[in-house]
Formats: sequence, structure tokens, C-alpha cells
Amino acid sequence: MFLEDTAFFDQLHIFEKIVYMDHILVAKNVSKTYGNYTALSNISLNIPKNCIYGLLGPNGAGKTSFIRIINQIIYQDSGEILFDGEPLAPKHISHIGYLPEERGLYKSMKVGEQALYLARLKGLSKAEAKTKLKYWFDRLDIGDWWNKKIQELSKGMAQKVQFIVTVLHQPKLLIFDEPFSGFDPINANIIKDEILQLKEQGTSIIFSTHRMESVEELCEYIALIHKSEKILDGKLSEIKKAYKNNIFNVGLQVQQNGEALTKTLTERFQIMTPKYDDTEHQLDFKIQLPTEETSGVLAELSKIANVNRFEETIPSANDIFIQTVNNKDNGK
Amino acid sequence: MGNKLGLIIKREYLAKVRNRSFIVMTILSPLLIVGMIVLIAYLTKINSDEVRVVSVLNESSFFQHEFKPAKGISYLYLDGISLQEAKDSTNALGYYGLLHLPNKKNVEQVAKSAYLFTKDNPNTAIIQQLESIFQRQLRQDRLQRLGVSSDQFSKVEQPFDLQLATFDGEKSVKGINEIKAFIGGGFGYAIMMFIIIYGGFVMRSVIEEKTSRIIEVIISSVKPFQLMLGKIIGTSLAGITQFTIWFISASVLMLLAVTFLGIDLGELSGNSTPMPGMTQYAAMDSDMIMYAKEILDIPWALLIISFFIYFILGYLIYSSIYAAIGAAVDNETDTQQFIFPIILPLMLAIYVGFFSVFSNPHGPIAVGFSLFPLTSPIVMLMRLPGGIGEGGVPLWQFLSSIALLILTFLGIVSLASRIYKVGILMYGKKPTYKELVKWLRYK
Repeated sequence: MFLEDTAFFDQLHIFEKIVYMDHILVAKNVSKTYGNYTALSNISLNIPKNCIYGLLGPNGAGKTSFIRIINQIIYQDSGEILFDGEPLAPKHISHIGYLPEERGLYKSMKVGEQALYLARLKGLSKAEAKTKLKYWFDRLDIGDWWNKKIQELSKGMAQKVQFIVTVLHQPKLLIFDEPFSGFDPINANIIKDEILQLKEQGTSIIFSTHRMESVEELCEYIALIHKSEKILDGKLSEIKKAYKNNIFNVGLQVQQNGEALTKTLTERFQIMTPKYDDTEHQLDFKIQLPTEETSGVLAELSKIANVNRFEETIPSANDIFIQTVNNKDNGK
Repeated sequence: MGNKLGLIIKREYLAKVRNRSFIVMTILSPLLIVGMIVLIAYLTKINSDEVRVVSVLNESSFFQHEFKPAKGISYLYLDGISLQEAKDSTNALGYYGLLHLPNKKNVEQVAKSAYLFTKDNPNTAIIQQLESIFQRQLRQDRLQRLGVSSDQFSKVEQPFDLQLATFDGEKSVKGINEIKAFIGGGFGYAIMMFIIIYGGFVMRSVIEEKTSRIIEVIISSVKPFQLMLGKIIGTSLAGITQFTIWFISASVLMLLAVTFLGIDLGELSGNSTPMPGMTQYAAMDSDMIMYAKEILDIPWALLIISFFIYFILGYLIYSSIYAAIGAAVDNETDTQQFIFPIILPLMLAIYVGFFSVFSNPHGPIAVGFSLFPLTSPIVMLMRLPGGIGEGGVPLWQFLSSIALLILTFLGIVSLASRIYKVGILMYGKKPTYKELVKWLRYK
């Protein structure tokens, strides 16, 4: 009996290990307090390899504390963190690239010299750092900045240098904290493409932000952190599926009086925000269906008028976020 | 890890050395200092070359040859005019003063009723010079009345100097203790200046890293302690470079000034060295040799080695406090309240050193302050020119002051690096002392 138990736990251990090997980072019940202030309470996260993982939450939620713990700038009070299957240790620093939200460079240092210094602090040799820097400077089209001083550059230009320094040592895990702040739309796009490119090459990426719109197009997984607690996490597509509520946007091309028709429809269905355009004879509204089943309703509507729009409303990350936070706050 | 520390030291060093104001200061300071010394020497020379003319209206039959030109004074004899005319003409000619000796029947009475008239309050040196002439004449006169001839008198009037020796039988000279303390004080003072100047550099550099947010970028690749240590070492190497350049160029400039401008540094000795009694005897060759011997006898090797020990430990202690202050605040104006308490022991050490250690190098105050770690780098160096062991600093005091300094260094650096670690990532309001204590407890 005893022996069997041990074997069982061994198996469990192996199983756990396999799970951890698929994840670049696993956090188990991580807590952190500063005096009386709780920054993180019991956060558990599994961040899979080779994906972009969105760490979302308002300012002050605890995202930066969590990221600083990963970077071993500060240490958790309790809980465990595994990096690539091993307990997080100083040797992992060279496999992590971190672009902090508040970032800067030495103002009076030259761009090239500074990039070289930061690269060498990451553990690259001088020759290696130079080759890689040359590649990236050419790639982002800033080759002729090498001998300029940082104080001569614009904020966006300095951000490009910081981005290069973050990714230069080809880390397994990249952590971007609000990477697009300070960039104009064109350069933000360039950086976005570079991030996607890095993911294609197999890098795992944590993307921390409080701006939900950038989440939709980049992240496959998300975790919501609110007031030091994790309130939601998982695959973005699944979360969205779970949060959809069978509301559809409908557009009808009507022949006769639109107002009368609206009235008829309101009696028959659950209609929201109807809007009738007199000149175009166009009636738009939202309809709440009891189930996912759409064919019956669609057939009925088709009989009344010409349906020129019928689409499911998918909640945005922003909607989900606000809804979850509200639920959480009301529940308390 | 060590490699990273090296990189940080190199960057901090180059950042400091390439800084424009640093370069300007490095080049200008020796010029300014040498310029000032040359100016002072020049002014002193002018001052001592100035000869004050005192006109003498001697209506008596005494003091006919006694007033002879001496250093800084010469005499002009007036004759056949009234006192009022003499006053007017002396004043009109711009002479320094008028000495009036009325016609009386003996030296005693002439001296008693003699007057010195000057425009303002007369110079003490001149009064003394005149008084001594009177004094000598009076003494000779009184002795003559007792039957001593003038020949005998000049034999009696030989200058005398007390011979000095230590208990060991070694000959010693006046003012040597002051010289020793002064040399030690020079080292102590150099340490204080270095700490205040370069500690300030460390602090400003930390503030710059914080406000520019570069700290956020670096801190994931290096440990805060490495960064702090690298900064302190890099900055101090820059400081040593600067001091070396200053020393070499100042020496060269001084040499040039002496050779080409003919400035005699001996002119300065009376002003620059607080050695009462030395100047007037320095001329005597045997004493000069004695001074040279005493100065050579100062345990230079011990002094220089201890200078480096106390300098390094003291500088590390203070500059890590400066680094912690830099990390705790957001801008330089907020540093004032924190800086005062660290400058205080330094000032105290200098003052205690000059007022107590000079006069009593092994008294209880000197011992106490040379053991207390925040003042020992300065105070102990003031005591050390006397050597270690008999007649100097007891060995146990020397060793325990170093041991205390090392312990304090370990303690302070660990506390400072904790404040530094928390502080560099804190922005916003200036922390209170209470909050700093709280930071010490963070993991």
C-alpha cells in the first residue's frame, strides 16, 4: 500500500513535470506584500511556451510587481515560480528579456556605446554584441544613430534602442510592459510586427498592458489581474466564447413604415437599441436570443424584410474585463 | 558576475572622466591653486619689501646712533625744526610716523617723555621694534650707573636658545609636534574633501539613473549591490585620476613658477605653516637639519599605508550612504536633510582634530574620536605621524580602530544597499526617516 502510494506520487510528479515543460513559466500561489500593502495575493499562472500571453489589469493591480519577481528584482513572500520547468534562479536572467514600462537611457552616452554596454551586461561578448547590434540597427533602420547621444534623439527613437537591447540576447522569455507607449502609430506597427516575428521564431512573450485594444490582435492567452488578485485567465478565444451572450446585430432593408415594424418586432422578440433610417429605409437593432440556435429567428426575420446583416456580437477584451471586475466588486 | 562589476566600473569611470565639467575642473584647478599661491607669495613679498619711514626729531643728546634701518623700517633724522613743523612735514611727505625725543637731562627722562605720532593706529611690529631699542638703551644706561662698561654690556647681551631633547636623549626642536599633526591633518583633510566631493558625485549619479529610468532597464541584468559598488568604485577611480593629475600638474606649475617668476616660497612659511617660534629660528642651520631629520623620522611608510586603509574604508562607508540617499530621493534638492547628518561627523572630526589632537595627540578625546568609525579615518591619521608604539599610538588602538572601521563598513554597506535596492524603484514623494527604516525590512 505504502509502496503504491509512492509510485502514485512519482507518477503525479512526472505528470506535473510534463505540464511544466510545456510552459515557459509557472507561478504557484505567489504572494507579495510591502508593509501593509498587498501587491499580489495568491497568484497562480501557467504561461505556455511560444505564445503571446497578455497580462492585463489597471494601473496598480500588481502586474509590475509580478514582472519584477520574474526578473528577480524583488522576491515573493510565498509561493513558487518555475522557469522552463526549473525553480526560478539567477542563472535564468540571461534567458529573460525585459522592457519595463518606465524606461530610459543614459542621456549623455552615445547610442552605440550604450547599447553595447547594456548588451554586455546581459552577458554577451563584445564581438557578439556588436554583430547583433549591427543586425538590429540595420533592421530597424537606425544604423546612422550609432554615434549620436541619447539626448539628441526623440522619445520614439530612444524606445527603438531600448527595444533592440531587450531582444538582442535572444531570450526564451520576453516581457514587454506597455511596449507601445511613446511610439507613434507607424513605429508602433513596426514594433508590433517585430514582436510577432519573435513569436514565430519560438520566443515566449508576456505582454503587460492596461490598454485592451492591443490585446485582441496579439494575445492568445490572457490573465486579468485586479487589486492584487487574478480574476480570470485562459485562452482568449475560449474566454470570449464563454462570455458571449447570444446577442446579434441585425440590419433590415424595409419596404413600409419602419416604426410600425419595430413595434411588431419588439412584441415578438427581445429587441435592443432599434434605430430606423427613414431615407435609406434601414432598420438596425440588437436581438437577444435564448440559445445559440439562430436558424429559426433568421427564417422568421427573412419573411418580414430583407436581412442585410446578421452577426454575433463578440465581447471585446475590454468588455470582458469591465464585466469581470464589476462582478467581482459586486460579489464582495 | 565579476565581469559585470568590471563593466559597470568602466562605464562609471568613463562617464565621469569624459564629463565636460570634470575635464574643465581637472585642468583649471591646478592653475587656480598655483595662481593663488603665486599671488599670495607675491603679495607677501610686496608687503615685506615695504619699508616704513619713521622721521625722528631728536632734541636730546641721547639716542644719537641707536635708530638704524632694520627689516621694514628706516629712519629719517630731522633737525632744527619745531615739533609742529616736524609733524606737518612728516604727514605731508607721507611718512609712516614721527618719533619725538624731547631735550631732557638723562636717558630715563627722554625715554619717558618720548612720543610716536602716526596717522592711524601704529603697527605693532614697529612699536615693538622701537620699544626694544628704548629698552636696550635703558638697560645699558642703568647697568652703566651700576658700574658695567658698554663692552661688558655687549658681552652680556648674547641671545640664548634653550636646548631641547626627548627622554631618550634625542635632540628635538621647537614646533615639531605641530608639524607632525599638521602633516597628519593634511591627510585627514584630504580624506574629508574627497569624501564630500566624490560622495556627492556618487549620489548625483544615482539620482540621474533614477530620474532617467535607466535603472529600470539595467536592474534586471545586474544586482543592485553590484550596481552600487560599481558606481562607488568607478567614481572613486575617476577621483583618484583627478587628484593624481592635480598633484602632478600643480607640482610642475609650482616648479615653473618658482623658476621663472622667481617667487620665493620661503616668503610663505610665516603664513602658511602654523609653527609659532619656528620662523625666527629657522635660519639656524643646525636647527634646519634637525627639522629635516624629524620630518624624515616621521613613519612615512606607515602613514601612507594607513592613509590608504583609512581612505578606502572611510570613503566606502560614506559613499555607500551617499548612494543610499541618492536612491531614496527623486531630485537633488530633496537630499539636504539627509546630507547634513553625514557631513556632521566629518566636520566634527576635523574640528576635534585641529583643536584637541594637535595639542594632545594621545589624550582621551583624541583616542575616542580615533576609535569611533565615522571620525577615525581623519582623527587617527592626525595622530599617526607620531608612529605606533612607544611615544605614539598604542598598537591596540590602531588595530581596533581598523577593526571597528571594517565592521562598520560591512554593516553600513549592507544597510545602505537595502535602502538603495528599494529606493531606486520608488518614485514620488520624498521618504521620511521612518519609511527608510521600513525599507530596511523589505526582502
